[in-house]
Amino acid sequence: MPALILAEIRNGSIAPAVLNTLTAATGLADEIHLLVASADCKEAAQAAGQLAGVDKVLVAEAPHYAHTLAENLAALLVELAKDYDYILAPADTCGKNVLPRAAALLDVALIADICGIESADTFVRPTYAGNALATVQSSDAIKLITVRATAFEAAATGGGKAEIATVEPPPEFSASRFHGEEFTRSERPELTAARVVVAGGRGLRSKEEFARLDGLADRLNAAIGASRAAVDAGFVPNDYQVGQTGKIVAPDLYIAVGISGAIQHLAGMIDSKVIVAINKDEEAPIFEVADYGIVGDLFKILPELEAALDKLEQ
Amino acid sequence: MKILVGVKRVIDYEVKIRVKADESGVETSNVKMSMNPFDEIAVEEAIRLKEAGHATEIIAVSMGEAKAQETLRTALAMGADRAIHITSDAELQPLAVAKLFRALIEREEADLVLLGKQAIDDDNNQTPQMLAGLLSWPQGTFASRLELNDSTLAVTREVDGGLETLDLDLPAVVSVDLRLNEPRYPTLPNIMKAKKKPLEPLDPEELKVDIAPRLKTIKVTAPPKRKAGIKLETAAELVERLHNEARVI
Repeated sequence: MPALILAEIRNGSIAPAVLNTLTAATGLADEIHLLVASADCKEAAQAAGQLAGVDKVLVAEAPHYAHTLAENLAALLVELAKDYDYILAPADTCGKNVLPRAAALLDVALIADICGIESADTFVRPTYAGNALATVQSSDAIKLITVRATAFEAAATGGGKAEIATVEPPPEFSASRFHGEEFTRSERPELTAARVVVAGGRGLRSKEEFARLDGLADRLNAAIGASRAAVDAGFVPNDYQVGQTGKIVAPDLYIAVGISGAIQHLAGMIDSKVIVAINKDEEAPIFEVADYGIVGDLFKILPELEAALDKLEQ
Repeated sequence: MKILVGVKRVIDYEVKIRVKADESGVETSNVKMSMNPFDEIAVEEAIRLKEAGHATEIIAVSMGEAKAQETLRTALAMGADRAIHITSDAELQPLAVAKLFRALIEREEADLVLLGKQAIDDDNNQTPQMLAGLLSWPQGTFASRLELNDSTLAVTREVDGGLETLDLDLPAVVSVDLRLNEPRYPTLPNIMKAKKKPLEPLDPEELKVDIAPRLKTIKVTAPPKRKAGIKLETAAELVERLHNEARVI
């Protein structure tokens, strides 16, 4: 039987982590269906149909899918579940919100945040902020899984020609209603998909000084991330947070500026290809995982770094 | 309004954990244990709702081995009114925990359940969502702000794009995130008082819940370790290395 992937729609298009989830699903099932649920699915359904490896796109269009409310999406998944061996979603805030609810309704376990596939029923997942890897075997008939996107390559976005089918949406769950959102608008690459991430911590000292990372991020076309301390202090909004309970990133280059490197932060970036640390405290734990480190005053080093990058550009 | 709060006893967040040599799990003997940090926030929020006159009673619940009672005493010292300890030496997985909570909620007729968004040991982040599903209640996960108006709870959630606010009809399940509040420390007089507050032990069998695990842990291993690299003196040297050696810029 095939696998079904819940494809989160953000601003009309498919969330990038769906592509990594698709790769994970390819390792489990030989037929893959993608579920697109939104108030207006036209464009997303088209795009989904072109993804390499997708055999069928299920389209559920209803006003109550305008926002990714778990109550409505879980009910939809439960309705479709009988035809599948696997139901997957990225382990982002949408997947984490929806899939456990669906799992409970189906009376099965949720296999959360997998970073490896051992066999059809055995998976590897990080625990203790990534300091232990658990290999777990599921005995459930349907396996519900959230996928750590950084552990799987992104699937190709072209070459597919999937069949598109419409599904009848179950009624709205009326006890939970969307009220509003404050989303961060940024011209920068998306944090979890960026090739380069520049992240700041408490060492930046204030909201105003945190903005001094912009110059470096501009030159590297980087996304900007932050430690929990910087978010708690109000330097940047919550969606910048990298770590055990924030976003998991694994860019080619991660530059940690004024971040000490608590276990909880390392959990979110330890799989980056190259890690650079800039910190005035030479004992800071971030240096234990950094490929390159500079001990010193970040306010002095940042302008020097910008100048060196400009010189390289020439 | 009756609030039920879940508290889990976990390895303290500052402990550097060690994987056992036989790969059966993580070393827990002689390791400092504490209340899961997210659960402290849940307890704090329940107390604030009571202090604001919204809640009449706070029931703290923990599940597992005998020592979970220490965690419940902490919740009582913070300000919970009474505690229930579901006693079990068996492994309790999220689905089983959610079913036990459901049984308790039906018994206690709670109007609001506050749980930490994840436990920092298993990092599962699923029990609140499962519980809400089993009860057919609305769920407000990853909450960074709660506002109660009559029977509607406005929950501001930390999501990937920023913040999202939902209106939930009570009863509801809320999972709390880090920035909801700063939990208080129990004072010495309150720690003393907590010793006299009721703590009821309860056998899972009394609740008629199937707690059999669905996932079997085959092994637990340590991840590959990253080696510390080199310290450089200047920004120019760093850019040169990133360009020519690491080839990432």
